Amino acid sequence: MSSKVGIIGVGMTKFGELWDRRYRDLIVDAGVDAIKDAGIEGNQIGGMYVGSMSPGLFAEQEHVSALVADYSGLAGIPATRVEAACASGGVALREAYLAVKSGEMDIVVAGGVEKMTDVPTGSAAVALMGAGDQEWEAFKGATFPSLYALMARRHMVEYGTTIEQISQVAVKSHDNASLNENAHYGFKVTLEQVMNSSMVADPLRILHCSGITDGAATVILASEEKAKELVDDPVWIKASALATDTIALHDRKSLSKTEATVLAARKAYKDAEIKPEDVDFAEVHDAFSIAEILAIEALDFCDFGEGGKLTQQGETALKGRIPINPSGGLKGKGHPVGATGIAQAIEAVLQIRGKAGDRQVKGAETGLIHNVGGSGATCVIHILSMEK
Amino acid sequence: MAVGIVGYGTYLPKYRIKAEEIARVWGKDPEAMKKGLGIYEKTVPNLDEDAATIAVEAARSALRHSGIKPADIGAIYVGSESHPYAVKPTATIVGAAIEATPELTAADLEFACKAGTAAIQCCMGLVEAGRIKYGLAIGSDTSQGMPGDVLEYTASAGGAAFIIGERNLIAQIKDTYSFTTDTPDFWRREGQEFPRHGARFTGEPAYFKHVINCSNKIMERNELKPKDFQYAVFHQPNGRFPVKAAKLLGFDQEQIKLGLLTPWIGNTYSGSTPLGLARILDEAKGGDLILATSYGSGAGSDSFIIEVTKENERRRNPTPLQCFIDRKEYVDYAIYAKLKGKIKGVVLEK
Amino acid sequence: MTKGLATHWRLMPQRYNLIGTHCKNCKSKFFPQRKICPKCRRTGSIEEFKFSGKGEIYSYTTVCAPPQGFEYQAPYVLAIVKMKEGPFITAQIVDCKPEEIEIGKKVETVFRKVIADGSSGIIRYGYKFKLRD
Repeated sequence: MSSKVGIIGVGMTKFGELWDRRYRDLIVDAGVDAIKDAGIEGNQIGGMYVGSMSPGLFAEQEHVSALVADYSGLAGIPATRVEAACASGGVALREAYLAVKSGEMDIVVAGGVEKMTDVPTGSAAVALMGAGDQEWEAFKGATFPSLYALMARRHMVEYGTTIEQISQVAVKSHDNASLNENAHYGFKVTLEQVMNSSMVADPLRILHCSGITDGAATVILASEEKAKELVDDPVWIKASALATDTIALHDRKSLSKTEATVLAARKAYKDAEIKPEDVDFAEVHDAFSIAEILAIEALDFCDFGEGGKLTQQGETALKGRIPINPSGGLKGKGHPVGATGIAQAIEAVLQIRGKAGDRQVKGAETGLIHNVGGSGATCVIHILSMEK
Repeated sequence: MAVGIVGYGTYLPKYRIKAEEIARVWGKDPEAMKKGLGIYEKTVPNLDEDAATIAVEAARSALRHSGIKPADIGAIYVGSESHPYAVKPTATIVGAAIEATPELTAADLEFACKAGTAAIQCCMGLVEAGRIKYGLAIGSDTSQGMPGDVLEYTASAGGAAFIIGERNLIAQIKDTYSFTTDTPDFWRREGQEFPRHGARFTGEPAYFKHVINCSNKIMERNELKPKDFQYAVFHQPNGRFPVKAAKLLGFDQEQIKLGLLTPWIGNTYSGSTPLGLARILDEAKGGDLILATSYGSGAGSDSFIIEVTKENERRRNPTPLQCFIDRKEYVDYAIYAKLKGKIKGVVLEK
Repeated sequence: MTKGLATHWRLMPQRYNLIGTHCKNCKSKFFPQRKICPKCRRTGSIEEFKFSGKGEIYSYTTVCAPPQGFEYQAPYVLAIVKMKEGPFITAQIVDCKPEEIEIGKKVETVFRKVIADGSSGIIRYGYKFKLRD
């Protein structure tokens, strides 16, 4: 029950338009890589959690828990699908963490996968809008970019955040993604390009929005005893926190503060016994550039209203005070929704292992990963560290 | 007991297209078209407006004016030639949207441009028979004109709603009379997008024969002459027919000026005569006498002799039609074509 | 059975006439309807409540990349409206240009087509807002 939980293996596909691979291929490829990385055998795995937002609408496939176990050659093990919209991966990680933590299982797989490019863009938008309130947002013609645009507008009005500051988030994300061989959008963009890209939902433009991406990511979790026995460099999960908020954006207390993130962060910092300033880097849910500003404020890396300035001053860049999204984030790396939360964990593990290559954050010992569902109705946060 | 109008409401879409803009597209002389049809501009419904939404807006306005409880409405009849569904009533949409359901009867009517006045007659009958307390009669249309056809300069959108009852009347309907024949001057076959018409045949044997006969007969049987009326309104398929009809009947321009709307809003079809009547009621005083004669192709006319009561001066409509006439924004032919679903490949619901 | 038909039908009172609910215990008002008052939970007492349809713009955007079914309406203004009675709702603002919209501007409901199931399916009507004159 009091066992620590460590990550002992990671694996992910390249993120992108992966025309030659099916839904089941993606997750199996990522899973095999993670098992190899951990140096274990399949028969050592006690259970599996798969985060996937909408395989039914994206790939016309439900019951993916059994499918993934089956195609991994592991039919027989307990497998569970986890869905929390774009936070499905992060919540799958948490469920796997709890399974180990409880003592029920010693070695557990947490995976995340989405195959988004097999449907037209309009259908993908409809599937994604399932993360909002179908009856009172989607029915009125709301899209996810438009919901984040409504938040951006309030943030700009309440705090004086500028479109330049919001755009700088995208510039930084692409800079980092250009150093990540797995990134879907591994090219650099200029501030001017971002600010002149085509309008999606005023004030958000296409380069403020994450795209439509295929991909899968898997991590292997183990109990303290097993982790020490199996690998030399486990990365420990110091805290796992999940919070919810109203499903519809219009019912929130504020459009410029993300309450679920505030709640989850508070618990995570308490459980990990650290302060925000102890975090060396963070992977946050920048599905839209404004979302990163909302996230870093709610995570208390700066005061509310200061997120734009912090970004503009370069403090969130790789060499800044608190590097945000060294992987390129959802914007640069890509956002295959179910895979995102797990991919964030993988980036944190690579950074903490010191294996992040050109995008390595100096002195990365403690990292925070922040995964959001919908317009903020679910937030799941994990704190990972090289120390137990 | 007297039957009449307890309250009324109107609605016009915000957008307008000018006659010269339509003429420009089809290479016609704009001045000749304006003069020939007596029309300057017409209303254009937004993409999300149809005969049902217009009917609802007019009905809600009528309820605000009348002050009656929606549950006291015993019948709703919606006259239109552009009901959004071929099968499934517009009247039930209106009933639900004004919270009058479920204890009432409802039906849609179609009689080209006179279905709105036919709805008034249906309500009058039920009220007079003592079967219902109030009836809601609506004429509402988002009419279509074939691209390039002369109808395209006039076919517009708008509607009016009247609450018919016996108490607290702003105007008493003293008499109604109809004149009906089988005259194929204008039609739209089932499943067809646009109506067709008999060009000059729509004049003398159609519009004028019915409007003149109907108006004359109702005046005769009530022993009234044109000079006895303060106001008259005749169906307005364009800006010229009603002016000519008035002259033939012996009415002067002053009597028809107030209710003549087509030059500025176009032909709102089932809404045409009802809107003209509403415009007159917005200003009429107690004791004023109004002659209203609609015309529907196919063909028939409904005439009404209406006496305004003092109540109309005490209880003026809070949203007079002029509010909608003044609220306007012009669109060019391209936007008009998009809003009306006339662009090939654009699947729009009319 | 057509998709979305019964879903829309059961929501008609809310979508046509803004029939929400309120808690008689704490006076909180809800739109869309809630059956449990988040403040009072089981001690609450929920009853229907009709909203006036008047409010003001709290936040807004212009949707240029519309979802399926809204293609030809774009660009359209989408806003969060703060209703006079308190709750906020998401809706389109019609009959206006995006540049006419400002936070705090007064709006009121209009009855419009919201989305139609192609040209042969049902038409779903409901509230939208327009700027008040």
